[in-house]
This record gives sequence, structure tokens and C-alpha cells, in this order.
Amino acid sequence: MLNSGDLTALLMTLRLALISTLILIVVGTPLAWWLARTRWRLKFLLEALIALPLVLPPTVLGFYLLLALGPDGFLGGAAQAWTGRPLAFTFTGLVIGSVIYSLPFVVQPLQDAFASIGRRPLEVAATLRASPIDRFLTVAVPLARGGFFTAAVLGFAHTMGEFGVVLMIGGNIPGETRVASIAIYDHVESLQYVNAHRLAAILLVLSFVMLITVYALNRRYRVLRA
Amino acid sequence: MSVEIRLNVRQEAFSLDVDLQLPSPGISCVFGPSGSGKTTLLRALAGLDRHPGGTLTVDGVAWQSKREFVPTHRRAVGYVFQEASLFEHLDVRRNLEYGLRRVAGGQRKVSLDQAVELLDIGRLMQRRPATLSGGERQRVSIARALAVSPRLLLMDEPLAAIDVARKQEILPYLETLHRELAIPVVYVTHSPEEVGRLADHVVLLEAGRASASGDVHELFTRLDLPLALGAEAATIIEATVRGHDDRYHLTHLEFSGGEFVVTRQRLAVGEPVRVRLAARDVSLTLERHHGTSILNILPAVVDGVSHQDESQVTVRLLTGAVPLLARITHKSAEELGIEPGKRLFAQVKGIALLT
Repeated sequence: MLNSGDLTALLMTLRLALISTLILIVVGTPLAWWLARTRWRLKFLLEALIALPLVLPPTVLGFYLLLALGPDGFLGGAAQAWTGRPLAFTFTGLVIGSVIYSLPFVVQPLQDAFASIGRRPLEVAATLRASPIDRFLTVAVPLARGGFFTAAVLGFAHTMGEFGVVLMIGGNIPGETRVASIAIYDHVESLQYVNAHRLAAILLVLSFVMLITVYALNRRYRVLRA
Repeated sequence: MSVEIRLNVRQEAFSLDVDLQLPSPGISCVFGPSGSGKTTLLRALAGLDRHPGGTLTVDGVAWQSKREFVPTHRRAVGYVFQEASLFEHLDVRRNLEYGLRRVAGGQRKVSLDQAVELLDIGRLMQRRPATLSGGERQRVSIARALAVSPRLLLMDEPLAAIDVARKQEILPYLETLHRELAIPVVYVTHSPEEVGRLADHVVLLEAGRASASGDVHELFTRLDLPLALGAEAATIIEATVRGHDDRYHLTHLEFSGGEFVVTRQRLAVGEPVRVRLAARDVSLTLERHHGTSILNILPAVVDGVSHQDESQVTVRLLTGAVPLLARITHKSAEELGIEPGKRLFAQVKGIALLT
């Protein structure tokens, strides 16, 4: 059905989405928790910054990432000094790009979920002898589990659908940075519509199934907060 | 032993300034209108809000002093919120165990079984909070607070969010707590009925200040305080069962100022009971009447008179040393010549047993 190159690209997409999602949950959870509870007056600045990938053309984000991850960039330069190669055009570079690109899709549902718990259950837990970290793990996380589910699925699906950023910072190296969306673009460029159809259909079905699950389980969810 | 509270909170449109000493054990009711600072006080006692400069000592243990602020989770406190606030992701048993499991073995004085039995929630253990009625939820939440063996139990209008029928369902459990637990309780309410049933000590809070703090029997009958002047003004008296009259199915109660007769009660001789005499159910007469259906007639001396409204006055009487309120009309007061020192008889038409 899929030729071996396309299969590799599809597996690369899934691997990228999985690793990025795990990192996003780890990074996004404390960030969302802090945003949901802080009374810092300037928090809107940080919220706007996190939401930027929602509106920015992926090429703009990709362009700046390319500069940062390249041999002269602050991230790429450090990587080159440490490992001998910059981050641009590597799988690690793609993961970094994906995490930034999909951050709002993970932080926003988590922040909403934490905010909707309110302070009361955590105050109750404090009066029942639970320390701050204990309250977070045994009360906030279980009560926000719908938010975690939504965040994980959206983070995964959004990373899977990434194209512009990948093209800018990853290029098209088979087995390293060539993901399914790039492969489809290549097939169309070379007029191999049959191959493009197969991969496109797989991505379409996968994405649709994931979104159906999210919307079915959490009908109140909105991707973009007003 | 006692609970000593000194707090000074200043916020934009609100201030709370109190210096209180509450009995331990015993129920102290903090009574006042909404906005008077009741909840602010309770949250400060629990350490949920930080107000620097205050001091708080519970049975000799400092929870807050000049140097130190013990965070909520390190205070031996039990807190019952107005809404039951059960953990929706846990069933009733695991809600109860949540606090219990976090208390060191040596500090557990109340067992889970005791808390469950006291609030009679044994058959609810496997249920989810969402499936419980309002009254059941609040009973679980009280049991959950007790299961951490608190040295101070705080209750923030626990019955306010519950309908009248459910209140009557929960009040008896609170009275049981009162008798069985030897800990201080601070109970916030704006209901004179709850104060009358539960309080040993009353703190009247008005606009962030304690306008009065003292024994419930005393405060209920002080003519300079709003409790004695409200429509529900009443006297609270502690009595004991003296005996039963099998012929007429009556029960005799005695208190330091005399004796009452009530309809037959299922109470053992010698058992303590708290009774409530509504001021409007007490009438006054200069001579002891014989041709009357009223059984409870007590000799009394007028202690003070307070203008109630255009048509009524509230009269404070002493029967022995026990104060008693009567509400009568200006017309009657004038005709009877009511003035301090006047000797007369109080006829009590209705006695409510609160236990």
C-alpha cells in the first residue's frame, strides 16, 4: 500500500507528535498551573506570547527558529559546541519547533481546566493536611483530567498537521526530518497523486478521529479562547 | 484551655479588628449579618488567608504569632465550608479517608468509624458525591473534617445552603457533636435559631468588630444587644429532667430558677436538656392565676424594660438568678406598672426542648 519512503515519513510524523506531546505536557502543566493561579498583573503578556503560534504564519515562526537553531543561533550554536552539529535540519530541531508551535494547544486547555477547578477544592485539601504539591497531585490533576486529555490529543494532532515550520527548519531529509505532510507536498510537486492521496487520506482520518474523541468527551471545549 | 484570637485586618472597604477569648471545649457561635467579617475571621483561623500582625493560640499551641505563621496543612484544624465541597473525583469513603490518611497515627483521636457513626453515613460509603442530597453531602463533609481529629473545628454557615427540612435533619447531629467531642468549635451563622440550639458562647460581630462576646444565656437576654430585640427573641435555659408524671404524661424539668412542666419526653431522669422560651410566648400577671390552662407560672422580678416598637416592649425578668425575656404591649406594660424591681409572675405558654 504505502511505499517504504512514505511509511518511514508517516512513522516519523507519529514519533515527532508523540515525543513533542510528552514534552508539551511536562512543560505545559506547570506553566498552565501558574497562569491559572497567579494574580500577576502582566500575565496577559505571557498569555499573548504563548498564543502567538495560533495566528503567526508558520513560515515566520520557522524563519526565526531557523536562525535560533542554526550554527550561529543561540540554541544551535550551543548544540554545535556540545554535540558537534547545530539543531537546524535535525529531528531534535523539529521537536523544539513543534513544542513551541503546539504550545497554546496544550497550555490553554490545561489552564482552563485548572481555572475551572477554582480555589475551593485546594483549600479543602489544605484543611485536610495536604501539602501544596500533595494537593496539586491528588486534587488538581485528577479534577483537571479532562483538560489533560484534551491538551494531549490537540497537541498530538496539531503537531501531526505541522508543515510550514517543518519545511523551514527541518527540510526534507528522509529518515531524519521528512514527515508525512512534507512527503505529500513532494508527491504533489512531482504529480504522483496516487501516493499523495494515500498519505493524505491517512492523515485526514487520523486527525478526524482524534478530534471526534475530544469533542465527544468534552463538548464545551473551544480551540481558541475568545 | 481556650482559643485566643487577636486579629487586625485592613482592606479597602473592609476591616476586621477583634480580640477574643473563646472557651475550649465548647461551641462558640459567631453571629452577625453578612459582610460583618464572619468568614474572614474563620479563614484567618484556618490560615487560608494571611493577615500579618495577628496572633492565634489554640489550647496553648501558637498557630500564628509575631514570628511565626503555621500554614493551613500543618494546623490541627477541621473546616466545614458552607457548600459541602466534597472531592467530586472520589467516592464518600475516599473523601473521608483523604484527611485521615494524612494524620500521623499517634494524633488520631477520632476514628473513621466514629465519624461515620456520629453522622450516620455508613450506607453512603460507596456513593459518589454527585449522587448525594444536599443534607447528605454536608454530613459527609462534617465527618471528613472530624476524621482529621482537629483541635479546633471551624464551621462556616454549614446549614445556610440547605433547605429547612434538611436543616432539621442535620441539627441533631451537630448537637451530638457538641456533647461527644471535647474540642472547641467556632461556628459562624446568621441564624438565631442555630445559635440558640448550639452555642455555649456567642460572639456578636458587627462591621468587623465584636460588639459583644459572652455566655449564650447572658447574651440572649441582654436588652442592649440586637438578639433580645429581634422578632425571634428568646431565652435559653439549661435544665435537667427531674421526673415524669405517668398519670398526665408530663415531664418535670428543673433549673436554677424554678421548674417547668412539659409534655412527656423520652428522656432519663437527671438528663440535661436545653429549652428555649420565645419572648412572645411569655406573658406577665401581677397575681398567680389559678383558673388558667397555663401550667408554667414562675415568680419573677423585673430587671429592665426596652422599647421594641410603637406597640411592644421587651421585658427582662429574673427568676432566681436566671434571666427571662417577655414581650408585651406598651398598653399592658403601663397597666401593670412594669418597672425595674416590680415583682410579678411570668406565664410561659410554650417551651421548646432543643436537645
